[in-house]
Amino acid sequence: MDKKKASYAKFLIHLVCLLLAILSIFPFWMMIVNATRSTTEIQQHALSLFPSTYVVQNFKILTGKSFNPLVGLKNSAIISVFATALTVYFSSLTAYAIVAYEWKLKKAFFSMIIGVMMIPAQVTMIGFYQMVYKIGMTNKLSMLILPAIAAPATVFYMRQYLYPTLSMEIVQAARIDGAGEFRIFNTIVLPIMKPAIATQAIFCFVNSWNNLFTPLVLLTDRKKYTMPIMVSLLRGDIYKTEYGSVYMGLTLTVLPLIIVYLLLSKYIIAGVALGGVKS
Amino acid sequence: MGVFKWGKSMIKKRRTGEFKYAKYGYLFSVPFVVAFLVFQLYPILYTALIGFTDMKGVVPGDVHILANPFENFVNILTTPTFRKALGNTFSIWLVNFVPQLLLALLLSAWFTDRKWKLKGQGIYKVLIYMPNIITAATIAILFKSLFDYPTSPVNDLLVNMGIIDGPQNFLLNKGISRAIVSFIQFWMWYGYTMLIFISGILGINPEIFEAADVDGANRLQTFFMITLPNIKTILLFTLVTSLIGGLNMFDIPKLFMLGGPDNATLTTSVFIYNQAFSGSYLYNKAAAASMIMFAIIMALSAVLFYLLKEDKEE
Repeated sequence: MDKKKASYAKFLIHLVCLLLAILSIFPFWMMIVNATRSTTEIQQHALSLFPSTYVVQNFKILTGKSFNPLVGLKNSAIISVFATALTVYFSSLTAYAIVAYEWKLKKAFFSMIIGVMMIPAQVTMIGFYQMVYKIGMTNKLSMLILPAIAAPATVFYMRQYLYPTLSMEIVQAARIDGAGEFRIFNTIVLPIMKPAIATQAIFCFVNSWNNLFTPLVLLTDRKKYTMPIMVSLLRGDIYKTEYGSVYMGLTLTVLPLIIVYLLLSKYIIAGVALGGVKS
Repeated sequence: MGVFKWGKSMIKKRRTGEFKYAKYGYLFSVPFVVAFLVFQLYPILYTALIGFTDMKGVVPGDVHILANPFENFVNILTTPTFRKALGNTFSIWLVNFVPQLLLALLLSAWFTDRKWKLKGQGIYKVLIYMPNIITAATIAILFKSLFDYPTSPVNDLLVNMGIIDGPQNFLLNKGISRAIVSFIQFWMWYGYTMLIFISGILGINPEIFEAADVDGANRLQTFFMITLPNIKTILLFTLVTSLIGGLNMFDIPKLFMLGGPDNATLTTSVFIYNQAFSGSYLYNKAAAASMIMFAIIMALSAVLFYLLKEDKEE
Protein backbone atom coordinates (compact mmCIF):
# COMPACT_ATOMS: atom_id res chain seq x y z
CA MET A 1 0.00 0.00 0.00
CA ASP A 2 2.72 2.44 1.05
CA LYS A 3 4.79 1.42 -1.92
CA LYS A 4 1.94 2.21 -4.26
CA LYS A 5 1.54 5.63 -2.69
CA ALA A 6 5.23 6.32 -3.06
CA SER A 7 5.31 5.39 -6.73
CA TYR A 8 2.28 7.59 -7.32
CA ALA A 9 4.05 10.50 -5.66
CA LYS A 10 7.18 9.84 -7.69
CA PHE A 11 5.17 9.83 -10.90
CA LEU A 12 3.67 13.20 -10.01
CA ILE A 13 7.09 14.65 -9.21
CA HIS A 14 8.53 13.45 -12.51
CA LEU A 15 5.59 14.99 -14.31
CA VAL A 16 6.16 18.39 -12.67
CA CYS A 17 9.91 18.23 -13.32
CA LEU A 18 9.31 17.26 -16.93
CA LEU A 19 6.98 20.22 -17.42
CA LEU A 20 9.54 22.57 -15.88
CA ALA A 21 12.27 21.13 -18.08
CA ILE A 22 10.11 21.71 -21.15
CA LEU A 23 9.42 25.25 -19.93
CA SER A 24 13.18 25.81 -19.84
CA ILE A 25 13.77 24.53 -23.35
CA PHE A 26 10.64 25.63 -25.17
CA PRO A 27 11.41 29.35 -25.69
CA PHE A 28 14.86 28.46 -27.03
CA TRP A 29 13.40 25.76 -29.24
CA MET A 30 10.93 28.30 -30.69
CA MET A 31 13.83 30.66 -31.28
CA ILE A 32 16.00 28.12 -33.09
CA VAL A 33 13.13 26.78 -35.21
CA ASN A 34 11.99 30.24 -36.26
CA ALA A 35 15.56 31.16 -37.13
CA THR A 36 15.30 28.59 -39.91
CA ARG A 37 11.92 29.77 -41.22
CA SER A 38 11.13 32.55 -43.67
CA THR A 39 9.30 35.68 -42.58
CA THR A 40 6.28 34.63 -44.67
CA GLU A 41 6.15 31.24 -42.97
CA ILE A 42 6.34 32.89 -39.56
CA GLN A 43 3.59 35.34 -40.48
CA GLN A 44 1.31 32.47 -41.45
CA HIS A 45 2.11 30.40 -38.40
CA ALA A 46 4.49 31.79 -35.83
CA LEU A 47 4.29 28.62 -33.79
CA SER A 48 5.99 25.64 -35.33
CA LEU A 49 8.00 22.83 -33.84
CA PHE A 50 9.83 21.91 -37.01
CA PRO A 51 12.68 23.72 -38.71
CA SER A 52 12.50 24.97 -42.29
CA THR A 53 15.21 25.75 -44.84
CA TYR A 54 15.77 29.51 -44.74
CA VAL A 55 18.88 29.53 -42.56
CA VAL A 56 21.17 31.06 -45.17
CA GLN A 57 18.61 33.62 -46.31
CA ASN A 58 17.86 34.77 -42.75
CA PHE A 59 21.56 35.05 -42.07
CA LYS A 60 22.04 37.21 -45.16
CA ILE A 61 19.20 39.58 -44.26
CA LEU A 62 20.54 39.80 -40.72
CA THR A 63 24.12 40.63 -41.61
CA GLY A 64 22.99 42.91 -44.43
CA LYS A 65 21.67 45.34 -41.83
CA SER A 66 24.62 46.36 -39.69
CA PHE A 67 24.50 43.21 -37.56
CA ASN A 68 27.97 41.76 -37.52
CA PRO A 69 28.07 38.78 -35.17
CA LEU A 70 31.79 38.20 -35.74
CA VAL A 71 32.70 41.65 -34.38
CA GLY A 72 30.53 41.08 -31.31
CA LEU A 73 31.96 37.62 -30.85
CA LYS A 74 35.52 38.91 -31.05
CA ASN A 75 35.04 41.82 -28.64
CA SER A 76 33.07 39.76 -26.15
CA ALA A 77 35.72 37.04 -26.29
CA ILE A 78 38.57 39.51 -25.70
CA ILE A 79 36.83 41.16 -22.75
CA SER A 80 35.64 37.93 -21.16
CA VAL A 81 38.94 36.06 -21.47
CA PHE A 82 41.11 38.85 -20.06
CA ALA A 83 38.62 39.89 -17.37
CA THR A 84 38.31 36.27 -16.24
CA ALA A 85 42.08 35.77 -16.12
CA LEU A 86 42.57 38.97 -14.10
CA THR A 87 39.76 38.17 -11.69
CA VAL A 88 40.83 34.65 -10.84
CA TYR A 89 44.54 35.46 -10.59
CA PHE A 90 44.32 38.58 -8.46
CA SER A 91 41.46 37.24 -6.34
CA SER A 92 43.58 34.18 -5.55
CA LEU A 93 46.54 36.40 -4.72
CA THR A 94 44.45 38.60 -2.43
CA ALA A 95 42.90 35.56 -0.76
CA TYR A 96 46.40 34.15 -0.17
CA ALA A 97 47.47 37.42 1.40
CA ILE A 98 44.57 37.11 3.82
CA VAL A 99 45.01 33.44 4.65
CA ALA A 100 48.78 32.97 4.77
CA TYR A 101 50.07 36.10 6.45
CA GLU A 102 49.53 37.92 9.71
CA TRP A 103 49.21 41.63 9.22
CA LYS A 104 47.62 44.34 11.25
CA LEU A 105 44.93 45.53 8.84
CA LYS A 106 44.00 42.03 7.70
CA LYS A 107 40.78 41.71 9.68
CA ALA A 108 39.60 45.18 8.70
CA PHE A 109 40.49 44.45 5.09
CA PHE A 110 38.51 41.22 5.02
CA SER A 111 35.52 42.88 6.67
CA MET A 112 35.68 45.61 4.05
CA ILE A 113 35.66 43.01 1.27
CA ILE A 114 32.49 41.46 2.67
CA GLY A 115 31.00 44.92 3.08
CA VAL A 116 31.50 45.99 -0.52
CA MET A 117 30.78 42.60 -2.07
CA MET A 118 27.28 43.48 -3.14
CA ILE A 119 27.84 46.97 -4.54
CA PRO A 120 26.52 46.75 -8.09
CA ALA A 121 27.94 48.50 -11.14
CA GLN A 122 24.69 50.40 -11.59
CA VAL A 123 25.11 52.73 -8.63
CA THR A 124 28.68 53.73 -9.46
CA MET A 125 28.16 54.12 -13.19
CA ILE A 126 27.68 57.90 -13.43
CA GLY A 127 30.97 58.59 -11.69
CA PHE A 128 32.70 55.76 -13.54
CA TYR A 129 31.51 57.04 -16.90
CA GLN A 130 32.56 60.63 -16.15
CA MET A 131 35.98 59.44 -15.02
CA VAL A 132 36.50 57.31 -18.13
CA TYR A 133 35.17 60.10 -20.34
CA LYS A 134 37.55 62.68 -18.87
CA ILE A 135 40.62 60.57 -19.53
CA GLY A 136 39.36 59.84 -23.06
CA MET A 137 39.04 56.08 -22.56
CA THR A 138 35.45 55.46 -23.64
CA ASN A 139 35.38 52.90 -26.44
CA LYS A 140 38.47 51.23 -25.00
CA LEU A 141 37.96 47.58 -24.14
CA SER A 142 40.57 47.89 -21.39
CA MET A 143 38.09 49.91 -19.32
CA LEU A 144 35.87 46.83 -19.26
CA ILE A 145 38.78 44.53 -18.44
CA LEU A 146 40.94 46.24 -15.81
CA PRO A 147 38.20 46.72 -13.17
CA ALA A 148 38.08 42.90 -13.01
CA ILE A 149 41.27 42.98 -10.90
CA ALA A 150 39.17 43.95 -7.89
CA ALA A 151 36.40 41.35 -7.54
CA PRO A 152 35.42 41.29 -3.84
CA ALA A 153 32.94 38.41 -4.16
CA THR A 154 35.56 36.22 -5.84
CA VAL A 155 38.14 37.08 -3.18
CA PHE A 156 35.62 36.07 -0.54
CA TYR A 157 34.98 32.74 -2.27
CA MET A 158 38.70 32.06 -2.77
CA ARG A 159 39.43 32.85 0.87
CA GLN A 160 36.69 30.45 2.01
CA TYR A 161 38.24 27.76 -0.18
CA LEU A 162 41.86 28.39 0.71
CA TYR A 163 41.47 28.73 4.47
CA PRO A 164 40.82 25.05 5.22
CA THR A 165 42.86 23.77 2.24
CA LEU A 166 46.22 25.47 2.58
CA SER A 167 48.76 23.79 4.79
CA MET A 168 51.42 26.19 6.00
CA GLU A 169 53.88 23.30 6.35
CA ILE A 170 54.20 23.10 2.58
CA VAL A 171 54.79 26.84 2.39
CA GLN A 172 57.40 26.58 5.15
CA ALA A 173 59.16 23.74 3.37
CA ALA A 174 59.34 25.79 0.19
CA ARG A 175 60.76 28.73 2.17
CA ILE A 176 63.49 26.51 3.56
CA ASP A 177 64.27 25.43 0.01
CA GLY A 178 64.84 29.10 -0.70
CA ALA A 179 61.77 29.92 -2.76
CA GLY A 180 60.55 33.50 -2.67
CA GLU A 181 57.05 34.34 -1.48
CA PHE A 182 55.76 35.30 -4.92
CA ARG A 183 57.18 32.16 -6.43
CA ILE A 184 55.58 30.04 -3.73
CA PHE A 185 52.23 31.55 -4.59
CA ASN A 186 52.62 30.91 -8.31
CA THR A 187 54.08 27.41 -8.19
CA ILE A 188 52.55 25.91 -5.04
CA VAL A 189 49.44 27.78 -4.00
CA LEU A 190 47.85 28.37 -7.41
CA PRO A 191 47.85 24.63 -8.27
CA ILE A 192 46.20 23.89 -4.91
CA MET A 193 43.45 26.34 -5.82
CA LYS A 194 42.68 24.82 -9.23
CA PRO A 195 39.16 23.58 -8.40
CA ALA A 196 38.14 26.95 -6.98
CA ILE A 197 39.73 28.77 -9.90
CA ALA A 198 37.88 26.60 -12.41
CA THR A 199 34.54 27.28 -10.74
CA GLN A 200 35.08 31.01 -10.46
CA ALA A 201 36.46 31.23 -13.98
CA ILE A 202 33.28 29.75 -15.45
CA PHE A 203 31.00 32.18 -13.62
CA CYS A 204 33.22 35.16 -14.20
CA PHE A 205 33.35 34.37 -17.91
CA VAL A 206 29.59 33.97 -18.19
CA ASN A 207 28.92 37.18 -16.25
CA SER A 208 31.36 39.12 -18.33
CA TRP A 209 29.98 37.67 -21.56
CA ASN A 210 26.40 38.51 -20.62
CA ASN A 211 27.08 41.97 -19.21
CA LEU A 212 25.01 44.61 -20.95
CA PHE A 213 25.00 47.65 -18.67
CA THR A 214 28.64 48.75 -18.59
CA PRO A 215 29.41 48.15 -22.30
CA LEU A 216 26.17 49.90 -23.24
CA VAL A 217 27.31 52.99 -21.34
CA LEU A 218 30.95 53.01 -22.44
CA LEU A 219 30.94 51.75 -26.01
CA THR A 220 29.54 53.91 -28.80
CA ASP A 221 31.84 52.75 -31.61
CA ARG A 222 30.20 50.00 -33.67
CA LYS A 223 33.51 48.23 -34.06
CA LYS A 224 33.72 47.85 -30.28
CA TYR A 225 30.22 46.46 -29.70
CA THR A 226 29.92 43.34 -27.57
CA MET A 227 27.47 40.50 -28.13
CA PRO A 228 24.73 41.80 -25.78
CA ILE A 229 24.86 45.23 -27.46
CA MET A 230 24.57 43.51 -30.83
CA VAL A 231 21.49 41.76 -29.49
CA SER A 232 19.94 45.05 -28.44
CA LEU A 233 20.20 46.22 -32.06
CA LEU A 234 17.72 43.50 -33.01
CA ARG A 235 15.06 45.51 -31.23
CA GLY A 236 15.56 48.36 -33.69
CA ASP A 237 13.05 49.37 -36.35
CA ILE A 238 15.12 48.03 -39.24
CA TYR A 239 14.29 44.49 -38.15
CA LYS A 240 10.66 45.24 -37.40
CA THR A 241 9.23 42.93 -40.06
CA GLU A 242 12.21 40.64 -40.55
CA TYR A 243 11.00 38.02 -38.10
CA GLY A 244 13.19 35.19 -39.33
CA SER A 245 16.39 37.17 -39.15
CA VAL A 246 15.65 38.50 -35.64
CA TYR A 247 15.30 34.93 -34.41
CA MET A 248 18.49 34.11 -36.31
CA GLY A 249 20.36 36.94 -34.57
CA LEU A 250 19.12 35.83 -31.16
CA THR A 251 20.10 32.24 -31.91
CA LEU A 252 23.61 33.23 -32.98
CA THR A 253 24.20 35.02 -29.69
CA VAL A 254 23.12 32.15 -27.45
CA LEU A 255 24.04 29.03 -29.39
CA PRO A 256 27.71 29.18 -28.29
CA LEU A 257 26.57 29.62 -24.67
CA ILE A 258 24.11 26.72 -24.83
CA ILE A 259 26.73 24.40 -26.34
CA VAL A 260 29.38 25.34 -23.80
CA TYR A 261 26.84 25.01 -21.01
CA LEU A 262 25.76 21.54 -22.03
CA LEU A 263 29.40 20.45 -22.28
CA LEU A 264 30.37 21.86 -18.88
CA SER A 265 27.01 21.49 -17.14
CA LYS A 266 28.31 18.97 -14.63
CA TYR A 267 30.95 21.40 -13.34
CA ILE A 268 28.66 24.40 -13.52
CA ILE A 269 25.91 22.74 -11.49
CA ALA A 270 28.48 21.58 -8.92
CA GLY A 271 29.94 25.08 -8.87
CA VAL A 272 26.63 26.76 -8.11
CA ALA A 273 26.09 24.31 -5.26
CA LEU A 274 29.56 25.03 -3.86
CA GLY A 275 28.84 28.73 -3.80
CA GLY A 276 25.99 28.15 -1.40
CA VAL A 277 27.82 25.91 1.03
CA LYS A 278 29.04 27.71 4.07
CA SER A 279 32.51 26.80 5.15
CA MET B 1 36.03 33.67 27.36
CA GLY B 2 38.77 36.25 26.98
CA VAL B 3 41.46 33.73 27.78
CA PHE B 4 39.95 31.27 25.36
CA LYS B 5 39.91 33.84 22.59
CA TRP B 6 43.53 34.76 23.24
CA GLY B 7 44.55 31.12 23.14
CA LYS B 8 42.72 30.57 19.90
CA SER B 9 44.33 33.54 18.20
CA MET B 10 47.78 32.34 19.30
CA ILE B 11 47.18 29.00 17.63
CA LYS B 12 46.01 30.81 14.56
CA LYS B 13 49.18 32.86 14.43
CA ARG B 14 51.36 29.82 14.65
CA ARG B 15 49.35 28.24 11.86
CA THR B 16 49.52 31.15 9.47
CA GLY B 17 53.18 32.02 9.76
CA GLU B 18 55.36 34.55 11.49
CA PHE B 19 54.91 38.28 11.56
CA LYS B 20 58.13 38.79 9.65
CA TYR B 21 56.26 37.94 6.49
CA ALA B 22 53.61 40.58 7.21
CA LYS B 23 54.83 42.83 4.45
CA TYR B 24 53.84 40.23 1.85
CA GLY B 25 50.29 40.36 3.16
CA TYR B 26 50.22 44.04 2.27
CA LEU B 27 52.18 43.59 -0.93
CA PHE B 28 49.90 40.91 -2.36
CA SER B 29 46.81 42.98 -1.56
CA VAL B 30 48.11 46.00 -3.44
CA PRO B 31 46.72 45.14 -6.93
CA PHE B 32 43.28 44.52 -5.51
CA VAL B 33 43.35 47.68 -3.41
CA VAL B 34 44.57 49.89 -6.25
CA ALA B 35 41.96 48.55 -8.70
CA PHE B 36 39.30 48.88 -6.03
CA LEU B 37 40.21 52.48 -5.28
CA VAL B 38 40.34 53.51 -8.93
CA PHE B 39 37.42 51.58 -10.37
CA GLN B 40 35.00 51.34 -7.47
CA LEU B 41 35.64 53.67 -4.56
CA TYR B 42 36.52 56.74 -6.62
CA PRO B 43 33.51 56.30 -8.95
CA ILE B 44 31.18 55.98 -5.94
CA LEU B 45 32.54 59.13 -4.31
CA TYR B 46 32.48 60.93 -7.65
CA THR B 47 28.89 59.84 -8.25
CA ALA B 48 27.95 61.14 -4.81
CA LEU B 49 29.65 64.45 -5.57
CA ILE B 50 27.92 64.80 -8.95
CA GLY B 51 24.64 64.35 -7.12
CA PHE B 52 25.24 67.72 -5.43
CA THR B 53 26.09 69.61 -8.62
CA ASP B 54 24.48 71.00 -11.77
CA MET B 55 26.36 68.64 -14.10
CA LYS B 56 24.35 68.04 -17.25
CA GLY B 57 24.60 68.23 -21.02
CA VAL B 58 26.55 66.12 -23.53
CA VAL B 59 29.77 67.88 -22.60
CA PRO B 60 29.19 69.37 -19.16
CA GLY B 61 30.73 72.85 -18.97
CA ASP B 62 31.63 74.44 -15.65
CA VAL B 63 30.20 72.33 -12.89
CA HIS B 64 29.09 73.96 -9.65
CA ILE B 65 27.84 72.71 -6.33
CA LEU B 66 24.22 73.74 -6.13
CA ALA B 67 23.11 76.56 -3.80
CA ASN B 68 20.91 73.99 -2.16
CA PRO B 69 23.15 70.92 -2.32
CA PHE B 70 20.26 68.52 -1.79
CA GLU B 71 18.17 69.94 -4.60
CA ASN B 72 18.70 66.93 -6.89
CA PHE B 73 17.90 64.47 -4.14
CA VAL B 74 14.69 66.27 -3.19
CA ASN B 75 13.87 66.62 -6.85
CA ILE B 76 14.35 62.90 -7.55
CA LEU B 77 12.43 61.78 -4.49
CA THR B 78 9.47 63.93 -5.52
CA THR B 79 9.60 62.96 -9.20
CA PRO B 80 6.55 60.77 -9.92
CA THR B 81 8.52 58.77 -12.51
CA PHE B 82 11.22 57.81 -9.99
CA ARG B 83 8.65 56.85 -7.38
CA LYS B 84 6.87 54.81 -10.00
CA ALA B 85 10.16 53.14 -10.97
CA LEU B 86 10.92 52.33 -7.34
CA GLY B 87 7.44 50.89 -6.86
CA ASN B 88 7.75 48.86 -10.06
CA THR B 89 11.15 47.53 -9.04
CA PHE B 90 9.85 46.26 -5.70
CA SER B 91 6.64 44.83 -7.11
CA ILE B 92 8.38 43.08 -10.02
CA TRP B 93 10.86 41.61 -7.55
CA LEU B 94 8.21 40.50 -5.09
CA VAL B 95 5.98 38.88 -7.71
CA ASN B 96 8.97 36.90 -9.00
CA PHE B 97 10.59 36.09 -5.66
CA VAL B 98 7.70 34.56 -3.73
CA PRO B 99 6.87 31.85 -6.29
CA GLN B 100 10.60 31.41 -6.96
CA LEU B 101 11.26 30.71 -3.29
CA LEU B 102 8.32 28.33 -2.92
CA LEU B 103 9.10 26.35 -6.07
CA ALA B 104 12.81 26.17 -5.24
CA LEU B 105 11.99 24.89 -1.74
CA LEU B 106 9.59 22.29 -3.10
CA LEU B 107 12.04 21.05 -5.73
CA SER B 108 14.97 20.98 -3.34
CA ALA B 109 12.90 18.95 -0.85
CA TRP B 110 12.02 16.49 -3.62
CA PHE B 111 15.54 16.21 -4.94
CA THR B 112 17.08 15.61 -1.53
CA ASP B 113 14.48 13.13 -0.30
CA ARG B 114 16.45 10.23 1.11
CA LYS B 115 13.78 7.58 0.60
CA TRP B 116 12.64 8.49 -2.89
CA LYS B 117 16.16 8.86 -4.30
CA LEU B 118 14.72 10.46 -7.42
CA LYS B 119 16.19 9.29 -10.71
CA GLY B 120 16.99 11.67 -13.57
CA GLN B 121 17.80 14.47 -11.14
CA GLY B 122 20.97 15.40 -12.98
CA ILE B 123 19.21 16.16 -16.25
CA TYR B 124 16.37 18.05 -14.50
CA LYS B 125 18.90 20.24 -12.70
CA VAL B 126 20.82 20.96 -15.90
CA LEU B 127 17.70 22.00 -17.79
CA ILE B 128 16.05 23.94 -14.96
CA TYR B 129 19.22 25.93 -14.32
CA MET B 130 19.95 26.60 -18.01
CA PRO B 131 18.05 29.92 -18.44
CA ASN B 132 20.24 31.43 -15.72
CA ILE B 133 23.41 31.40 -17.81
CA ILE B 134 21.85 32.62 -21.06
CA THR B 135 22.40 36.29 -21.92
CA ALA B 136 19.56 38.28 -20.31
CA ALA B 137 19.58 40.73 -23.21
CA THR B 138 18.78 37.91 -25.61
CA ILE B 139 16.08 36.51 -23.35
CA ALA B 140 14.39 39.92 -23.10
CA ILE B 141 14.16 40.29 -26.87
CA LEU B 142 13.22 36.63 -27.31
CA PHE B 143 10.22 37.07 -24.99
CA LYS B 144 9.29 40.27 -26.80
CA SER B 145 9.26 38.27 -30.04
CA LEU B 146 7.28 35.43 -28.45
CA PHE B 147 4.47 37.79 -27.34
CA ASP B 148 4.67 40.34 -30.15
CA TYR B 149 1.81 41.76 -32.23
CA PRO B 150 0.51 40.82 -34.73
CA THR B 151 2.87 37.92 -35.45
CA SER B 152 4.13 35.83 -32.57
CA PRO B 153 4.06 32.22 -31.36
CA VAL B 154 1.89 33.04 -28.33
CA ASN B 155 -0.70 34.84 -30.46
CA ASP B 156 -0.63 32.01 -32.97
CA LEU B 157 -1.13 29.41 -30.24
CA LEU B 158 -4.00 31.23 -28.55
CA VAL B 159 -5.79 31.86 -31.85
CA ASN B 160 -5.37 28.22 -32.88
CA MET B 161 -6.73 27.02 -29.56
CA GLY B 162 -9.71 29.31 -30.01
CA ILE B 163 -8.99 31.26 -26.83
CA ILE B 164 -8.84 34.57 -28.70
CA ASP B 165 -10.46 35.51 -32.02
CA GLY B 166 -7.53 37.39 -33.53
CA PRO B 167 -4.04 38.48 -32.58
CA GLN B 168 -3.90 40.69 -29.48
CA ASN B 169 -1.32 43.30 -28.60
CA PHE B 170 -0.56 41.88 -25.17
CA LEU B 171 2.45 44.05 -24.61
CA LEU B 172 0.37 47.23 -24.63
CA ASN B 173 -1.29 45.96 -21.47
CA LYS B 174 0.60 47.29 -18.44
CA GLY B 175 -0.31 44.42 -16.14
CA ILE B 176 0.61 41.76 -18.66
CA SER B 177 3.94 43.40 -19.53
CA ARG B 178 4.92 43.69 -15.89
CA ALA B 179 3.82 40.12 -15.24
CA ILE B 180 5.98 38.89 -18.11
CA VAL B 181 9.03 40.72 -16.72
CA SER B 182 8.40 39.09 -13.35
CA PHE B 183 7.95 35.73 -15.03
CA ILE B 184 11.24 36.06 -16.92
CA GLN B 185 13.05 36.84 -13.67
CA PHE B 186 11.35 33.91 -11.98
CA TRP B 187 12.14 31.61 -14.88
CA MET B 188 15.79 32.65 -14.98
CA TRP B 189 16.43 32.36 -11.25
CA TYR B 190 14.41 29.59 -9.57
CA GLY B 191 16.89 26.97 -10.81
CA TYR B 192 19.76 28.83 -9.20
CA THR B 193 17.87 29.24 -5.94
CA MET B 194 16.98 25.54 -6.01
CA LEU B 195 20.64 24.51 -6.41
CA ILE B 196 21.64 26.71 -3.48
CA PHE B 197 18.93 25.17 -1.29
CA ILE B 198 19.86 21.63 -2.33
CA SER B 199 23.46 22.17 -1.31
CA GLY B 200 22.26 23.68 1.95
CA ILE B 201 20.04 20.70 2.73
CA LEU B 202 22.80 18.23 1.83
CA GLY B 203 25.01 20.09 4.29
CA ILE B 204 22.72 19.27 7.22
CA ASN B 205 24.05 16.54 9.48
CA PRO B 206 22.31 13.31 8.33
CA GLU B 207 22.08 12.06 11.90
CA ILE B 208 19.42 14.67 12.58
CA PHE B 209 17.27 13.20 9.82
CA GLU B 210 17.90 9.67 11.07
CA ALA B 211 16.79 10.70 14.53
CA ALA B 212 13.62 12.15 13.05
CA ASP B 213 13.00 8.87 11.23
CA VAL B 214 13.40 6.92 14.44
CA ASP B 215 10.90 9.23 16.10
CA GLY B 216 8.48 8.44 13.28
CA ALA B 217 8.30 11.94 11.78
CA ASN B 218 6.59 12.12 8.40
CA ARG B 219 7.82 14.09 5.38
CA LEU B 220 5.99 17.32 6.19
CA GLN B 221 7.08 17.26 9.81
CA THR B 222 10.69 16.58 8.81
CA PHE B 223 10.61 19.42 6.30
CA PHE B 224 9.14 22.03 8.62
CA MET B 225 10.80 20.95 11.86
CA ILE B 226 14.25 20.00 10.58
CA THR B 227 15.02 21.06 7.02
CA LEU B 228 13.68 24.61 7.15
CA PRO B 229 15.19 25.65 10.52
CA ASN B 230 18.56 24.23 9.46
CA ILE B 231 18.78 26.23 6.25
CA LYS B 232 17.52 29.44 7.86
CA THR B 233 20.78 31.31 7.21
CA ILE B 234 20.80 30.25 3.58
CA LEU B 235 17.19 31.35 3.19
CA LEU B 236 18.00 34.78 4.60
CA PHE B 237 21.13 35.00 2.47
CA THR B 238 19.11 34.18 -0.65
CA LEU B 239 16.47 36.72 0.30
CA VAL B 240 18.97 39.53 0.67
CA THR B 241 21.08 38.73 -2.40
CA SER B 242 17.96 38.32 -4.52
CA LEU B 243 16.58 41.63 -3.27
CA ILE B 244 19.82 43.45 -4.05
CA GLY B 245 19.93 41.83 -7.48
CA GLY B 246 16.28 42.67 -8.02
CA LEU B 247 16.84 46.32 -7.13
CA ASN B 248 19.37 46.54 -9.96
CA MET B 249 17.25 44.80 -12.56
CA PHE B 250 18.25 46.36 -15.87
CA ASP B 251 18.70 44.11 -18.92
CA ILE B 252 15.22 42.56 -19.00
CA PRO B 253 13.10 45.70 -18.41
CA LYS B 254 15.39 47.81 -20.60
CA LEU B 255 15.20 45.56 -23.65
CA PHE B 256 11.85 43.85 -23.21
CA MET B 257 9.56 46.88 -23.44
CA LEU B 258 12.05 49.76 -22.96
CA GLY B 259 10.42 50.44 -19.58
CA GLY B 260 6.99 50.77 -21.14
CA PRO B 261 4.13 50.64 -21.82
CA ASP B 262 3.51 53.91 -19.98
CA ASN B 263 6.44 53.25 -17.61
CA ALA B 264 4.83 50.04 -16.36
CA THR B 265 8.13 48.12 -16.51
CA LEU B 266 10.42 51.05 -15.72
CA THR B 267 12.84 50.01 -12.97
CA THR B 268 15.17 52.33 -11.06
CA SER B 269 18.22 51.14 -13.02
CA VAL B 270 16.49 51.86 -16.32
CA PHE B 271 15.38 55.24 -14.93
CA ILE B 272 18.97 56.10 -13.98
CA TYR B 273 20.26 54.98 -17.37
CA ASN B 274 17.62 57.01 -19.21
CA GLN B 275 18.31 60.14 -17.16
CA ALA B 276 22.00 60.06 -17.96
CA PHE B 277 22.56 58.24 -21.21
CA SER B 278 19.55 58.29 -23.48
CA GLY B 279 19.23 61.81 -24.68
CA SER B 280 18.67 63.94 -21.59
CA TYR B 281 22.24 63.87 -20.12
CA LEU B 282 21.00 64.78 -16.64
CA TYR B 283 24.07 63.35 -14.91
CA ASN B 284 23.34 65.15 -11.65
CA LYS B 285 19.80 63.75 -11.34
CA ALA B 286 20.98 60.28 -12.35
CA ALA B 287 23.78 60.47 -9.75
CA ALA B 288 21.34 61.51 -7.03
CA ALA B 289 19.04 58.61 -7.94
CA SER B 290 22.06 56.25 -7.89
CA MET B 291 22.97 57.41 -4.40
CA ILE B 292 19.44 56.86 -3.16
CA MET B 293 19.61 53.30 -4.50
CA PHE B 294 23.08 52.93 -3.00
CA ALA B 295 21.75 53.85 0.42
CA ILE B 296 18.99 51.25 0.16
CA ILE B 297 21.47 48.59 -1.02
CA MET B 298 23.98 49.42 1.74
CA ALA B 299 21.29 48.98 4.35
CA LEU B 300 20.51 45.56 2.90
CA SER B 301 24.19 44.68 2.61
CA ALA B 302 24.58 45.43 6.30
CA VAL B 303 22.10 42.66 7.00
CA LEU B 304 24.08 40.35 4.70
CA PHE B 305 27.31 41.33 6.41
CA TYR B 306 26.00 40.18 9.78
CA LEU B 307 24.73 36.93 8.28
CA LEU B 308 28.14 36.16 6.83
CA LYS B 309 29.94 37.24 9.96
CA GLU B 310 27.87 34.85 11.98
CA ASP B 311 28.88 32.22 9.46
CA LYS B 312 32.54 33.00 9.75
CA GLU B 313 32.84 32.26 13.45
CA GLU B 314 34.02 28.70 13.11
